[in-house]
Amino acid sequence: MRIFLNDDAHDVDAATLAAALESLGFAGRKIATAVNGRFVAAAARPATRLADGDRIEVVAPMQGG
Amino acid sequence: MFYGVDLSSRLLLGTARYPSPAVLERAIKASGAEVVTVSLRREGGSAQGGAGRAGQSFWQFIQSLGLRVLPNTAGCHSVKEAVTTAHMARELFDTPWIKLEVIGDADTLQPDVFGLVEAARILAQDGFEVFPYTTEDLVVADRLVEAGCRVLMPWGAPIGSARGLNNVYGLKSLRAHFPDIPLVVDAGLGVPSHAAAAMELGYDAVLLNTAVAEAGDPVEMARAFALAVEAGRAAHRAQPLEPRDMAQPSTPVIGKAVLGGI
Repeated sequence: MRIFLNDDAHDVDAATLAAALESLGFAGRKIATAVNGRFVAAAARPATRLADGDRIEVVAPMQGG
Repeated sequence: MFYGVDLSSRLLLGTARYPSPAVLERAIKASGAEVVTVSLRREGGSAQGGAGRAGQSFWQFIQSLGLRVLPNTAGCHSVKEAVTTAHMARELFDTPWIKLEVIGDADTLQPDVFGLVEAARILAQDGFEVFPYTTEDLVVADRLVEAGCRVLMPWGAPIGSARGLNNVYGLKSLRAHFPDIPLVVDAGLGVPSHAAAAMELGYDAVLLNTAVAEAGDPVEMARAFALAVEAGRAAHRAQPLEPRDMAQPSTPVIGKAVLGGI
């Protein structure tokens, strides 16, 4: 299945958002996520199933004004 | 002062554009700020060559400060983008506070006040405590309060422009119209006298970033802003004179010797 993470294409076997994040090296990271423009809370990632072509956004804390 | 949280410092400081994390840390200390603004950006995983871990070290840095954080929705140009970003920020930073920015114009970074009111309403209903970055427009401010905002943050001038208070009359009107809503001048300040002027108008606080971060000596500038904010606040409390058109002698004339010839 091909998904897009922050616009980069990835071929993953993972069925859920949590599994995809794990396989792409985000385990234990302080991040927040959205799928296809909708916020997905950390607690909801294991139950969030991915489909081919899904667009995932992963963000982390950053400096801001 | 802000949503039931009492703060002793009236200066809120941004964390972007400093020459180094060490300078940022010293500038925050010198400013006395108890609230710092933060943001969120995309981050890569370790499967992508370990790149993009900047967010993790910044997170540790922020935690080590022990200060309250005010996350922003900087760079969002639509209601949907801003609302989704606010949700991600609430989870990441574990705070209901959100500095809501919905940008309407790329050159001036002027708020899209229509989108701002809509996003503020959605977020306030969802339990967020919204700090809207707005213009000094009175009617927009009314709508924001009606939407649930209990703090207003009108701009002084466009973000990063260092122009100071572009519309003193508008800012004064806003203060007079909302005596009980905390008002913060956010954006456009360049030098400490701008901050002092905002405080003399009776504003509750100022929020700045670039003026400190991009000064030749950010730490010294942070200290200068802290002093100006304190001076401006003290001046407001001391009830300054209104300007008048004609001179008024400060030295009493009664009892002055008559020395002129007839």
